[in-house]
Amino acid sequence: MSGKTLYDKIWDAHVAHEAEDGTCLLYIDRHLVHEVTSPQAFEGLRMAGRKVHAPDKTIAVPDHNVPTTLDRAKGIENEESRIQVEALDRNARETGIHYYPVDDIRQGIVHIVGPEQGWTLPGMTVVCGDSHTATHGAFGALAHGIGTSEVEHVLATQTLIQKKSKNMKVEITGKLKPGVTAKDITMAVIGKTGTAGGTGYVIEYCGEAIRDLSMEGRMTVCNMAIEGGARAGLIAPDETTFEYVKGRPHAPKGAQWEAALAWWKTLVSDDDAHWDKVITLDADEIEPVVTWGTSPEDVLPITAKVPAPEDFTGGKVEAVKRALDYMGLTPGTPLNEIKVDAVFVGSCTNGRIEDLREVAKILDGKKVADGVRMMIVPGSGLVREQAEAEGLADIFKAAGAEWRLAGCSMCLAMNPDQLAPEERCASTSNRNFEGRQGYKGRTHLVSPGMAAAAAVTGHLTDVREMM
Amino acid sequence: MEKFEKLTGVAAPMPLVNIDTDMIIPKVFLKTIKRSGLGVNLFDEMRYDREGNEIPDFVLNKPQYRDAEIIVAGDNFGCGSSREHAPWALRDFGIKAVISTSFADIFYNNCFKNGILPIVLPRDEVDLLMADAEKGQNARMTVDLENQEITTSDGETIAFEIDPFRKHCLMNGLDDIGLTLEKKASIDAFEARAAEARPWV
Ligand code: SF4
Repeated sequence: MSGKTLYDKIWDAHVAHEAEDGTCLLYIDRHLVHEVTSPQAFEGLRMAGRKVHAPDKTIAVPDHNVPTTLDRAKGIENEESRIQVEALDRNARETGIHYYPVDDIRQGIVHIVGPEQGWTLPGMTVVCGDSHTATHGAFGALAHGIGTSEVEHVLATQTLIQKKSKNMKVEITGKLKPGVTAKDITMAVIGKTGTAGGTGYVIEYCGEAIRDLSMEGRMTVCNMAIEGGARAGLIAPDETTFEYVKGRPHAPKGAQWEAALAWWKTLVSDDDAHWDKVITLDADEIEPVVTWGTSPEDVLPITAKVPAPEDFTGGKVEAVKRALDYMGLTPGTPLNEIKVDAVFVGSCTNGRIEDLREVAKILDGKKVADGVRMMIVPGSGLVREQAEAEGLADIFKAAGAEWRLAGCSMCLAMNPDQLAPEERCASTSNRNFEGRQGYKGRTHLVSPGMAAAAAVTGHLTDVREMM
Repeated sequence: MEKFEKLTGVAAPMPLVNIDTDMIIPKVFLKTIKRSGLGVNLFDEMRYDREGNEIPDFVLNKPQYRDAEIIVAGDNFGCGSSREHAPWALRDFGIKAVISTSFADIFYNNCFKNGILPIVLPRDEVDLLMADAEKGQNARMTVDLENQEITTSDGETIAFEIDPFRKHCLMNGLDDIGLTLEKKASIDAFEARAAEARPWV
């Protein structure tokens, strides 16, 4: 028998019941909840007279709808958004789950709060009614998004009905070149595999370039596993992971820490493990990238030009025509000549302290270009506090950027942080879908450094020119 | 949940690849705290202009497809956001089956929880059904879940695969939570074992 992958090991440790046809009840260690995908689930529970099975393993925080303006204490103007946040508030308090309300300094984007508070630990199963739950895979936790019916299922039973996915290895060999970041790795992988390339798989990212990443960078990589279609992305835990986790409020302490650590160290794929699919990329060949279209697979190096529909085949030809029309782009235009109206730094992809440091490095002593608005939204209240303590916020403000409170903000523009029709944005978020950042808004996905460079020059820019 | 057995209805062709859940139901409609009523906003930004007028070219606005119950779609349907509002909106509109070469994982799961049957077929068969759907409202297709078979308007049949457990649940309209709670003893036993093995969790 061949050895096990990391995914196999976590899976095996969490099967509570297996039916003859292989359908399993997978036990869930952490269930994260936000206001958009949970109200119907709590309502369903109530209607069926059911209780939350494990309130102590359930953590709620509002993030999608919350205002990120400094005056948010005055409440949410939009009635429907307010009702959603109030519903979460009521549901959390009634069921006794852990809860970080809007006015708590620890509030932020659910996928930033979980790791920050030590809720996410290696070897766990983590779910949330949100596709970017994949982020937590950076800890070597099996983490994925679920729908609202499944949120209700987890609330009621602390399990999920699952069938096992296949194993895919994505290896990034060698070292990254200067100016190339975790965001470029994850986008380059999607550019190579396509948005359906990971469908049916759990991806394990490995290789020297992944090992070299900080936890922040690893979270960025795993965050976008879902954009490649995978159920989850994983990175085996190592010293970098343990170092990050140690001392966090909900991390184990004392003897429990030692016991946990001993198990965590076994969470690596065996040398003779079976992989259903393997992709290898040479880190040296990855350039700073941007998206030009309306699918995260529409990725090219910043040094390239806008492609033409004829460069593609099959159903993609029509999709590219539609995308170029939507994006207002002409084939052959150098990507670094595309002018932007807005720059957004934030989201669960790139809203962590390290991302803000990258932005500050580029912005330091410079100004945001005339006619460009730049919004910087920290991923949590604690990230915001740290950025202020480190003096980053002063750099942002001096450059003329807006320094906001924590939330999802213009990543999906459910609150008033939106693009106007045809406004073009360099964004550190994860989705460039039509309308994602505002009706008819145009999104180019980039790394934090690239976003800052675009803010300074007013057009998409190779960050290496400013280093 | 309503049972799904056999369905004969109009199929709408949507050949665009990578139709994501933001397209199926744009985020402005995620602010609801209910499951129902989203059908009017299905494919909202493709279906209506800014003033709320129907865009006549959009497939579901064409007279022959207004009552479609099936969608034949391009590759990778339902990618992106995990929002279950997407199947809620499809279902509320009246869509009960979607056929494509591939679906995004979370969307695929969500369909079954809402009485929608997603069917994966090889490209040549999807192409054939797409061509059939393009014939309009007289070309009614039949999706027979029990026999795992689609019949085109010309009487051609195409077999499809489906997980037996999901088929059973869909055909009997079973509620997952109820089924899982029948296994509560296994869950309790697992919790006891896990508390020993990983007390820090
Ligand atoms: S930041 Fe964006 S991607 Fe992340 S949870 Fe919020 S809306 Fe989703």
